[in-house]
Amino acid sequence: MMGLDIAFWVLAVVSVSTALAVVLMRDVFRAALFLVLCFFSVAGIYVTLSADFLAGAQVLIYVGAIAVLIIFVIMLTRESRQGSPSGRLRLPAILIGLFFLITMLFVVLNTDWHVVAEPPAESATTAIAQALFSEDGFVLAFEIAAALLLAAVIGAIALVRDK
Amino acid sequence: MPNVAVWAIFLLPFFSFLIIALILRPFFNHKPQFSAYTTIFAIAGSLALSIWALISVNGAEHHVLTDVSHQWLSIGDMVINIGITMDSLAAIMVVAVSTISLLVQIYSIGYMKGDGGLARYFAFMSLFTGSMLGLVMANNLLFLFLFWEGVGLCSYLLIGFWFHKPEAARAAMKAFLVTRLGDFGFLVAVILLYVKTGTFDIGELHTLALAGVLGGSTLTLAAIGIFSGAVGKSGQFPLHVWLPDAMEGPTPVSALIHAATMVTAGVYLVARMFPVFASSETAITIVAIIGGFTAIFAASMGLVATDVKRVLAYSTISQLGYMMLGLGAVGIGYASGHLDEHHALALGVAVAIFHLFTHAFFKALLFLGAGSVSHATGTFDMRMMGGLRKVQPWTYATFVIGSLSLAGIWPLAGFWSKEGILHEANAYTPVLFWLAMITVFMTAFYMFRAVFLTFHGEYRGDVEGSHSHGLHESPKIMIIPLVILAIFAVIAGWLPVGDFLGADVHFSFFGALTSWLAWASLGFGIAGILLAYAIYGKKLVSAKSIGQSLGPIYTLLIRKYFFDELYERFFLMRFFIDGISAALEWIDTYIVDGAVNGIATVTVAGGSLMRRLETGQLQVYGLSIFVGILAIVAFLLIFS
Amino acid sequence: MAVGLEHFLILSAVLFSIGLYGVLAKRNAVIILMSIEIMLAAVSISMAAFSRYSHVITGQVFVIFIMVVAAAEVAVGLALIITIYRRKKTVDAEKFDLMKW
Repeated sequence: MMGLDIAFWVLAVVSVSTALAVVLMRDVFRAALFLVLCFFSVAGIYVTLSADFLAGAQVLIYVGAIAVLIIFVIMLTRESRQGSPSGRLRLPAILIGLFFLITMLFVVLNTDWHVVAEPPAESATTAIAQALFSEDGFVLAFEIAAALLLAAVIGAIALVRDK
Repeated sequence: MPNVAVWAIFLLPFFSFLIIALILRPFFNHKPQFSAYTTIFAIAGSLALSIWALISVNGAEHHVLTDVSHQWLSIGDMVINIGITMDSLAAIMVVAVSTISLLVQIYSIGYMKGDGGLARYFAFMSLFTGSMLGLVMANNLLFLFLFWEGVGLCSYLLIGFWFHKPEAARAAMKAFLVTRLGDFGFLVAVILLYVKTGTFDIGELHTLALAGVLGGSTLTLAAIGIFSGAVGKSGQFPLHVWLPDAMEGPTPVSALIHAATMVTAGVYLVARMFPVFASSETAITIVAIIGGFTAIFAASMGLVATDVKRVLAYSTISQLGYMMLGLGAVGIGYASGHLDEHHALALGVAVAIFHLFTHAFFKALLFLGAGSVSHATGTFDMRMMGGLRKVQPWTYATFVIGSLSLAGIWPLAGFWSKEGILHEANAYTPVLFWLAMITVFMTAFYMFRAVFLTFHGEYRGDVEGSHSHGLHESPKIMIIPLVILAIFAVIAGWLPVGDFLGADVHFSFFGALTSWLAWASLGFGIAGILLAYAIYGKKLVSAKSIGQSLGPIYTLLIRKYFFDELYERFFLMRFFIDGISAALEWIDTYIVDGAVNGIATVTVAGGSLMRRLETGQLQVYGLSIFVGILAIVAFLLIFS
Repeated sequence: MAVGLEHFLILSAVLFSIGLYGVLAKRNAVIILMSIEIMLAAVSISMAAFSRYSHVITGQVFVIFIMVVAAAEVAVGLALIITIYRRKKTVDAEKFDLMKW
């Protein structure tokens, strides 16, 4: 278990610092690159959680598609001077963020989680597949998700096409 | 006599008012004689009915013809009636009021000829007569108060008849406001009596007062309140300031309202409520003191007045003081146990009303005479008159008769009625009696000063003045009422008024001269006449030199003891306007308006605060949502 | 010390707060979108952690769906940003106040 712990800590530090970089950095493009790193580290965390399928999906979808799209749009909406300044609500946002964090910490640390220490025996992929596609699983949700994706695609195209 | 006829006594002039106001003035304003004849017809009708009532009362049991009430309103437990009574007091009053009113209306046709507002004049005269007649016939205090206010209103309207003259408008306002002060006390008293006894009816109040059921401080306070109304209406001290200024109105108005009728309503009220007054020693003493003081107080101011109507106004105030003194003296006699109830109640009313009766005739006569003089000379200022007896013999003769009657010279009317009062005052209020005797002297003096200044000597005025028609006698329509009134000024004292009112009065034509009191008052009176003759007739001593040697006293008198300054400058301006009104204005501006404006300011401030949440910017919305979520979470965490 | 459920949850909370700050305080719309992605990632982590420590696979299924929705949302969101950029020539979130009244 030592390896897992080390991996967790490293990945945790990386993800937090890259996330910080994303929100604090002035240059938008660099922020996007740090976002990519953040996603990668999150994928790593999935691995430490024995969620291998999720890790793969994370890299494919987030890094491969979402981050790329974001970089495209950054290129398209270049505001050379502005970059990414902070808004008026900096102070309230910091306060809210801290307050939320403290609340969450309070909840997490004071709840008696009934945990099972060993990692699950079964392979995650199989379990996910069964949960998604079996009769008493999430088939309906799966189908609706597909419809959602279709709607999103149509919507995106409808929004940006020239009339 | 049927009840309907009794009601008609005061309703006829009301109908005449309505006809003039609604039909004649809108459509026939250019023919004022219609309004005049309507009024005269109505009042003549009232007079005829009044005489009938007088005869009927004389033949009726206990001298009470009728006392009927009809319910007018009932509000919960409170029942308000309208009702009239026709007893000896009411009968005398209605006869006197309608007689003098009728004569004044006839006189007005001549005096007011050519005035543009005649329809309005006669309308108000009708309304006034109706109100006055109603006042003396009312049998409950609320109904009486209604007419009380009615005569006050007509007084205001008629004093300010020539409203485009600023002095007249101001005088009307002053009259109304000053009497209003007294009326307030009156109303408070009526309410107090109702709260304590549950009735407005005068007869019931008398019974309760005499039985002692209504007593103590309630009775005294109520009596003082009623008296304050009388003080205002009759121009007694300290609410006397309006009467001299009221002379701005037309002379017939002064004759009718401010000599013979309206101002006597105060005396009538005290007389009508005499059992209530007599049952409270404090109240009746106040009545006597104010009456006696006012008599000499007003007479002193009449000594130096230069306007003949002002002299007569002060004289009226003074004589009303006599009447109050009469009531007060008898009341004190009753309260101190010298008189028994049966005698006292009738006697007090008798002496005061007898003098009211005679005074009405000779005072109206004197006022109409003054009007006749001004008709010729165009002025009321005695310094611009003189020698008029050669030009206006009828006016002169009647005026002298009136003056002699007022001075109380035997055997004219004023002698008998003044004797009555002086006799009672001598018996029960010696100090006030001597004040009254001095007043007899002053009365005779100022009246004959007026006579000599106006009718004797050389004419000092300007004949071709704008209002004069050349120095000549007035037309017959003005002289006839003068003559009729002069006849009454002679004989009215011989009428058995006192007996009619239930008092044991022994009238003896020559026997009256046997008492020392009679000779004393005659002596004072004749002394006054002689002094006036010496100064103004024969000019043995110059009036001016007397005035200069008594400089400060003269100033005090001619400035009316500075009461106008006191009331207007001190009370009104400094105390009320600068003091209380300023304070109230401050409260209104800063506290009341401040509260309202404050609410508006708070709302606007709140709005501009709330505006920041509605920026249309997503992040603000997101922030507020999150704040809400955190609040709920925190709440749930802490309280569960 | 051994890494337990609390660690993952705390990590998730921290990431979520960082993302929250970015959403509320940054003016560039694309950065806001990126911050939303960070928030979603944080939630995904906590979902996966719950799944791992209770041996119920539903958490991971949920994460799949989160990814689906995230993808759709990014697509539409970026399309919106481009459209707005075309109109207003800016992606400054403080300038988007058409919802005012």
